[in-house]
Amino acid sequence: MTVRRVMGIETEYGISAPGDPSANPMFLSGHVVTAYARAHGLLPGKGGWDYSTEAPLRDARGWELGRAYADPSQLTDIDDPTLANVVLTNGARFYVDHAHPEYSGPEVTSPLDAVLWDRAGDEVMRRAATLLNPDPVRPTVALYKNNTDGKGASYGTHENYLMRRETAFGDIVRHLTPFFVARQIICGAGRVGIGQDSRTSGFQISQRADFFEAEVGLETTVKRPIINTRDEPHATPDRYRRLHVIIGDANQCDVATYLKMGTTSLVLGLIEAGVAPRGLELQDPVGSLKVISRDPTLQALVPLRDGRQMRGLDLLWAYHDAAAHWLEDRGEMDPETDAVMTRWASVLTRLTADPMTLAGEIDWVAKLRVLQALRQRDGLAWTEPRLAALDIQWTDLRPEKSIFASIRSKGHVEQLATADQVLAAVTTPPEDTRAWFRGECLRRFAGSVVSASWDSIVFDVPGQQSLQRIPLNEPLKGTKAQVGWLLERSRDVGELLRDLVGVSD
Amino acid sequence: MANLEQSRPQRREGDPELPPDLPGPAAAASQISDADLDSVLDEIDEVLESNAEEFVRSFVQKGGQ
Repeated sequence: MTVRRVMGIETEYGISAPGDPSANPMFLSGHVVTAYARAHGLLPGKGGWDYSTEAPLRDARGWELGRAYADPSQLTDIDDPTLANVVLTNGARFYVDHAHPEYSGPEVTSPLDAVLWDRAGDEVMRRAATLLNPDPVRPTVALYKNNTDGKGASYGTHENYLMRRETAFGDIVRHLTPFFVARQIICGAGRVGIGQDSRTSGFQISQRADFFEAEVGLETTVKRPIINTRDEPHATPDRYRRLHVIIGDANQCDVATYLKMGTTSLVLGLIEAGVAPRGLELQDPVGSLKVISRDPTLQALVPLRDGRQMRGLDLLWAYHDAAAHWLEDRGEMDPETDAVMTRWASVLTRLTADPMTLAGEIDWVAKLRVLQALRQRDGLAWTEPRLAALDIQWTDLRPEKSIFASIRSKGHVEQLATADQVLAAVTTPPEDTRAWFRGECLRRFAGSVVSASWDSIVFDVPGQQSLQRIPLNEPLKGTKAQVGWLLERSRDVGELLRDLVGVSD
Repeated sequence: MANLEQSRPQRREGDPELPPDLPGPAAAASQISDADLDSVLDEIDEVLESNAEEFVRSFVQKGGQ
């Protein structure tokens, strides 16, 4: 068993037009994407998304740019910006989903790479917004890496994990549900306000806990389920399942993202091997999710079906220990898996002793520590609007407005990726998945890429009448090691396709 | 198995003695120290929207996934 697995993170960012609450968020999101796409030569029809089965919602209310200096003429080459949907040279998808700009990171194979390309997404969003904000004093758009407005709306940060198709879905549901209910104590982002519309004052561990109302289901926008049943593998369907995880917060702490992806991958490995810990089924998963979220002391007990009661910490220790035993028994321990296991134990140990010691690693603890200090200094009740404002501004992507970025820049948050690595990941794809082929094709031949998706690229080859579609059904094919030399020697897309046919023969 | 049990971190309630080889020892260094907290709060005072109530009220999002 290994932590390595094809995985990825997708985030819908909060969006607003400062000073213009009537702005239409769909069009605003569209302008964010099209501004970036245009600046990087990724216009629709040139590197657009191969996307015919869904259409975003349209809104009949008119969009008006509220500010004279965001030149509307620069965007008029796009008929409907809410349809903006492009592939980036780092292999990610950048588009409008519902009423939010979304960055779906490229497929990676390790939790550390997931951290890196997730942070690259923040940087893409920041740059896109900067293009629309020539005057930072009077910004037209602000983006937030959070998951709720505290008034009843929630928007997602999803994870995707490639699994073996033969694993029974019932096993996934049974063994993953208790883990998902508990893991928020490591990867919750923290929230001021309790209840979907914050009708009760206070702090809770998770941004999303109050928005989950079912145990299992297909929905993602209403009656959200802890386990989502979407079956859309974006890969050879009889070999793979893509587990689409909708119960997660947008993290800014590298360590939290790293453990979120790493520990989930390991728990899936236990389920695939048939050795997930038994007897952890919860009596009331949906209710327990909220109980754990609302207890920053981490002492709250939730009832199990067998009559026992456990803390979130106990549940996570059970999964950790099962993974440790299995790895020990098998004598398999690659360095990346070892690193995740060691950090997992370390964080659980310290959370057990004193959660507040994790303020440099875990989002909700970092946020709570600052909130508590502010409350103490100024004698503030949880109803004080400054605390809710801090919660929102914690996630503002503008460095000059972001409270989290300010703390991180001063070295108060442990980082697992360097600034240089993040900048490189903005334009460079991971080398060890098909994202490499996708991203490199966009970088080299954007003018010939009609569209692309997770599992295909469609080329318009000069001199050929029909479009050429290259399927990418195997997530681990199309790596730099496999086709790097081919792309290097192809002077144009025609040569590339001729050579690719030769390779596949 | 014996080795594994020994190497597993202690998790008794309130145990202040953590195994010495824990990663993220960073922990002490990389989070805000008590001494730094005042200056962090001072900066937050400057960055926080001056009309917090209005700012919070106007932060309205459409639901997503």
